[in-house]
Parts: sequence; structure tokens; C-alpha cells
Amino acid sequence: MMNTNIQTSSPIVVSIKDRSKKIFNQLGMLIILALLIIIMMVFAPNFTDSSNILNVLKQSSITAILAAGMTLVILTGGIDLSVGSTLALTGVISVLLSNAGIPPVVAMLAGAAVGYVAGAINGFLTAIPKLPSFIVTLGSMTYLRGLAYVITGGYPVVLASEQFKFIGAGKILGIPTPIYVMLIVYIIMFIVLKYTMFGRHVYAIGGNEEAAHLTGIKVNRTLIHVYSISGLLAGISGVVMAGRLFSGQPMVGIAFELDAIAAVVLGGTSFVGGRGRIQGTIIGVLIVAVLTNGMTLLNVDFYWQQVVKGIVIVIAVLLDRLRSRT
Amino acid sequence: MAVSQIQEHTNRQSQIRSPIMSMKAVNKQFSGVKVLQNVNIELFKGEVHALMGENGAGKSTLMKIMAGVYQPDAGMIVYKGQEVHWNNPMEARNRGISVIHQEISLSPNLSIGENIMMGTTFKKNRFGLIKWNEIYEKAGHVLKSIGSNLDPRADVSTLSVAQQQMVEIARALSLNSEILIMDEPTASLTDKEIEKLFGIIEELRRKGVAIVYISHRMDEIFKISNRFTVLRDGQWVTSGPISETNPKNLVRLMVGRELNELFVREKNNSMVRPEERKPVLELKGVSDKKFVKDISLKLYPGEIVGLAGLVGAGRTELIRTIFGLSELSNGQIIMNGQQVHIKSPIEAMKLGIAHVPESRKEQGLLPNLSVIENILMAQLPTYRKFKLLQYKKMNQDADRYIEELGVRTASKEQNIMGLSGGNQQKVVIAKWLSIGPRVLLLDEPTRGVDIGAKTEIHKIISKLADQGLAVLMISSELPEVLGVSDRILVMHEGKLRAELSRDEATQEKIMYYATGEVK
Repeated sequence: MMNTNIQTSSPIVVSIKDRSKKIFNQLGMLIILALLIIIMMVFAPNFTDSSNILNVLKQSSITAILAAGMTLVILTGGIDLSVGSTLALTGVISVLLSNAGIPPVVAMLAGAAVGYVAGAINGFLTAIPKLPSFIVTLGSMTYLRGLAYVITGGYPVVLASEQFKFIGAGKILGIPTPIYVMLIVYIIMFIVLKYTMFGRHVYAIGGNEEAAHLTGIKVNRTLIHVYSISGLLAGISGVVMAGRLFSGQPMVGIAFELDAIAAVVLGGTSFVGGRGRIQGTIIGVLIVAVLTNGMTLLNVDFYWQQVVKGIVIVIAVLLDRLRSRT
Repeated sequence: MAVSQIQEHTNRQSQIRSPIMSMKAVNKQFSGVKVLQNVNIELFKGEVHALMGENGAGKSTLMKIMAGVYQPDAGMIVYKGQEVHWNNPMEARNRGISVIHQEISLSPNLSIGENIMMGTTFKKNRFGLIKWNEIYEKAGHVLKSIGSNLDPRADVSTLSVAQQQMVEIARALSLNSEILIMDEPTASLTDKEIEKLFGIIEELRRKGVAIVYISHRMDEIFKISNRFTVLRDGQWVTSGPISETNPKNLVRLMVGRELNELFVREKNNSMVRPEERKPVLELKGVSDKKFVKDISLKLYPGEIVGLAGLVGAGRTELIRTIFGLSELSNGQIIMNGQQVHIKSPIEAMKLGIAHVPESRKEQGLLPNLSVIENILMAQLPTYRKFKLLQYKKMNQDADRYIEELGVRTASKEQNIMGLSGGNQQKVVIAKWLSIGPRVLLLDEPTRGVDIGAKTEIHKIISKLADQGLAVLMISSELPEVLGVSDRILVMHEGKLRAELSRDEATQEKIMYYATGEVK
């Protein structure tokens, strides 16, 4: 009570500024998404068909799962370029295992585990010898992709198991399975970031690694976990992708990491680390998905779609910069 | 001849009388917050003008308007008799206004010469390539003019902080500045270097440069400045010759209320130690690999021990060694009678050692997180239920700390970066109290904190000691050391030079040992 009396006006004003900034942070991108949806509803034929909406969600689910992991990594101030390659490798491995007679569920878990290990290696190299994550994951992006080619000889491996296909192409209550996977990932990620110590440590490390260390946070361990989770989610994406494509393909997922990064940035997560939300990321994913889908429905030339997507990403980064300047 | 001399003399006279720069009724706001309101300031050639005010009073905003970083919303700037509008810092710099910022802004991997000449146009030879020799030669000249014999060809990264400061000054001078703004230039300098800097300032002043000097250190202000301007909450309070005021008066003007200069801790009677009292922390011959040499000391519950010394004496390194941040090469650390091996902050914390680091911004704060999380980050494990954080309980405890330490914040959800320096520091201290420490290591606990908050922090520290905490406090401000400590240890070049009781300690005595003047 006493405190409020002594308060000078400045902290209050700052907090209003803070709050309006926060609202802009959260709503800014949501407004853009809403506008996009309205535009598409008006101009794009069949956009509101439930089949089209499910299609948009299904198509964005892979990027969304990758982007969830990417959000964690970027929150610590790092980057993970290897998720696209991890996705390819884990897809290939899980399909090969399944085809070799291993139960589909076990094969899928093995695929996810491979992703986890690949991520753990990234995390270890980033945390302990303190290599820049950009370089570590640039390397693993290349060698993981290479491994996928080596294992398959460069050819797609056709998936035999019907049960396996369910994870990518099946439906529960009329809704495609990948959408469930995506939802579960985001719910868990939301809880992890907001309600677990690990999640708060991620923010603390991204904001100020030195201070986090001095606060007794196990910085290295947390970083290894972060990259491991990114790898794990890439592994899960790989398995879902394989189920959807009915095959493990070594060349799948090229440049997916860039889509994921774009979604994270669109969602308002700061590249410097320490600031951002998982809710923002899903909005970022949906903005790209709606944009792409709408343009396709509007018969926008595929090449032009690329141009528009690129411009949107640049504008998003611009917004990020404007926001972090004050 | 004689006539022109007289003319020159009268010219100079008139220049002295009319200000080289005057700012009139300057206003500035940032997204609705009034940072400056009707601020006036006049600068004359050949004066050192102290710009005073608590943190957040608007000093740096005023300085940035002067240097063209910001544009005023209202009011005018008259420079050399003409109204001017700087659109950017470059324009101001080209007209002779230079700033030496508090944070050093050199490019570490470029040579000293390049850094010094950076603001000027590099001379090119007939192939259009840079004439390096000329650059180094000119830079060398500038360096010599301030009495420095640094090699202009060496990389800046090889320099000490003080030497870098010299380069900053040289850079400002390479532009033939007529107004030189210095923002806390002595913050990271040792006393000897400060002396040298003052010599340079005096020299520049004599050459007719107008110097705006921002500092929190009263003694410096009174030593070198001619006039002062006080700002409070973005408003101009007063200006005048420094000779017509005194520190007490200035502080009163700055805070707008009477203030008993600094907090003085009540004498702690229990410090007359009966033999049975046991130290909570004891060091025996502690050395690290480089900076700390054979330090032995005892720290008892309920006392505040001040650790004085010059910058670079190894005080921070000693504390970092205790906290497990640098390796012990020799000696023993004993907690409650048992030898301990502390290899990381986590282990130190488990033993009940807390550490408020030297640099709040780089080492203390968790930016973008709320006040509540900054307070409880070290204690999160205790707020978990089934691995999930219990925000309700966290809120209650955070409220308690906020009230206990008098943290002034709009709400506990407020982003920590929105708080003033003093309140941020209270939050950092709260973070360490949350672990329930038995030993509190403080490294410059009130650096960059305004006077009001300083006193509050001193009271907090004192109260904590009265509750039984053992406090080891590094401070470079002697009045702080003298006011708060029960006992004072003085370090010099990694070694403990003296232990002074509260009664026998004086500024002179401490400096005597700190400078190594000991036989």
C-alpha cells in the first residue's frame, strides 16, 4: 500500500507503454492473420470449405512442429538449421526399420529418438565448446542430409506398413492425424515454457546467459535440452512426413528450417533471444499457410507466391526491429 | 602587432562572456513520457560544466540532444550565435561537438590510429588507397597531445579499459571539438588514471574547449568543474558557479529534499568479539592463478566487512573465487568449520553463499523477464508441484520481497528493464535473499544507483547483517565503505594489505594501503 504512494509516475507510464507493446506483440500478428483470413474469405473461392481449412492445417502441421522446437532454440539466442535434414534422416530410418519388420510404433519412436540424438549433439557442441549454433547446425544440416542419402542410396524407400501411414495420412473423427500431433506438441510446449523451471530458464538464458549462470542456472544442460527437443520434434515431423508420403525420402524437407525460422520470427520471437511466445509461433505458421493456400486458390503463379512470401518475412523482421528499438 | 593582439584579447573576452552554446526551454518526450521539460543550459568556452542529477533526471537525454542523437520537441539550441537543428550526430560532430560515452565505443579489432581518426576523412594516395602512414602519424600526434605514448598501430583489443578511454578522448580531440561531453568518464578508471584524465581536461579547458562533465562522484565535480547545472525529474533546477555551492547543497538540489549525505550504520557492539564466536566463512591462504595472492580472512555472522582497494586490486576476483567462478590454485575455503570445494555458482549457492555481481546489466539482470521472476529465478525448484510452477505461491513470496526491500515497481509483472537502476539492484539483492543465504558477497552494490536508492540499499544491507547475515562488500566509494562496514579490509595487487576497525579507518588510511604505500 505504502509503496503505491511513493511511486513516481514514471514506472506506471512505462508499464502502460509496456502493456500496449505487449498487446501489439500478441495481437499485432493476430490482426494480420485475421486480415489475411478475411481477404481470403472474400476473394478466394472455397477458402472457407472445411476440407480446405483442414488441408491448410494439415499442410502447416509439419512446419508448425518444427517451428515449435525452433522457438525454443531461438529463445536461447541460437538457431537450428538442421531440422529439415533431421526430418529426412529420421523419416528414412523409421521407414527402413518398419519395412524390416519392426513394429510400426517402435519404428516411429526410433525415428524420433534419432532426431533427439542428432539434436543432443548440436546442443552439446553449442553448449560445451561454445561453438556458434549457426555453424554447428550448418554442419549437421549437411551431414545428416548426407547420411540420409548414404542409407538410401539416394532413392525413396516405399513404406509398407498401413499402421505407420496412419500417423501422416490417417484421420480421427474426420480430422487428419498430423493436426492432432501438432496440437499436442503446442499444448505441451505452452505448458513447458510457462509453467516449468526449464521453460523459464530458457527465457533467462536467452535474455542474459551470464546472469543466468550466476543465478545458478545450469546453462549448458539447459542448452543441450533445448537442441535435443528441437531434434526430437524434427524427428517426430520426419515420422509424420514419412507417413504422409508413404515413403522415406532422403531429399524431403529441404529448406524446411527456413520456413520454421520464418514462422518463429513472424510470431514475434526476438532473434536476440529471451523474448517470444509459442502462441506467436503458431500464428506465424498460420500466416504463411493461409497466405500460400489463398494465393494458390487465387491462381497466383507459384513463382510469384515465393516473391510474396519472401517479402512478408522481411516485413515481419522489420516489425521485430521496430518493436525492439524502444 | 599590438593592436591585433588587443583585438584578439577583446575577442576572447567577448567569447568568454557570450555562451558558445545555449539551449533554451528544451522539451523532449518519448511515447508520451515527458523526459525533459523547459530545460535551459548555457555552455561557455573554457569551462568545465558539471551536469548533475539523479538517474533518470534527464542528463543523458539532454546530452544526446546536444550531440544531435535526439531532436528536441520544443525549444531551441543556439550554437555560436546561430540557432541550429541537428538532424543527426554527424552534423553536430562536424560542427565541433563530441561525446565520450560511458560505454566505450571503439572497434576492438581495428588499430588505435584507425579508431582515433575514424570520424575524419581518410587521406588517399593517387591510386585512391588509404595513406596509412599519415593516419598513424596524425593519431600519434593527438595521443601525444594528451600525454599518451600508445602505439597508434597496435590493436585496441590489446588495451586496458583506461587506455581505451584515452583513445576515446583522442578520438574526440581529433575532430577539433569545441564542446566535449563526457559521460561518467572515470567510472572504470583507477585514481592515478583519473588524475591524468583531470590533467587532460584542465589542458583542454585552457585551450578554450567547453566540457560538459557528467559524474556521480561529488569529489570529482568539486575538483574540476567551474559551473554546474542540476536537473531533477526532467526539469531544470538551477545553474551556477561551483564555488557558490557545496556537496550537501548539490545533493539537496538533486533529490529535492534534505538528505543526511549518506547512511551511516550504527555501531555494531557484538563486533567486540568474544572468542567463542565462530566465523561462518574463513579463507586460508587463498590464491587463484593470477589475481588473488594468499588471502586469509574470517567473516562472522552479523557483520559487514568492507573490501576496499583500487580497481584491479583483485577484489572482484577474490569474490569470484569464493563463489566458484574462478579456480582456487592454493589455499582453503572453510564454511562453518568445514573445508569446502566450490567449483560452480550452484555449489556455492547450496552452501548458502550469495553473490551480487559487479555489473548489474551484464551479470545481474534477466532482461525481458518480470520483477517476480527476477526475484525468484534462483529459487524456482521450491515452487514446483508435479514439476509445474505454482505462480500463486511465487506471487505471494515476491510481494513479500518487494515490500521488504521497498522495490518501487508498478507491478510485480512489470518487465525488469522498466525499473530504475536502484530498484533493479534491489531486485537483484532480493534474488539472492530468496535462497536464504548465510554469506552475502556484494560487488559494488550501489554502482550507477542514484543517491536516494543508495541510502535505501545501505539500510537494507545493514538490516540483513543485523539479522545475522555475514556480508563481504566490495566498494570503490570510500564514503560507502566507511559508512556501512563494521570492519574494512584493504587489498592491493592481489594481496591483503590491511585490516582496519571501523573506528580507526579513514579515507586517507584506506588510500594509503590501497595504493600500496606500505613498507
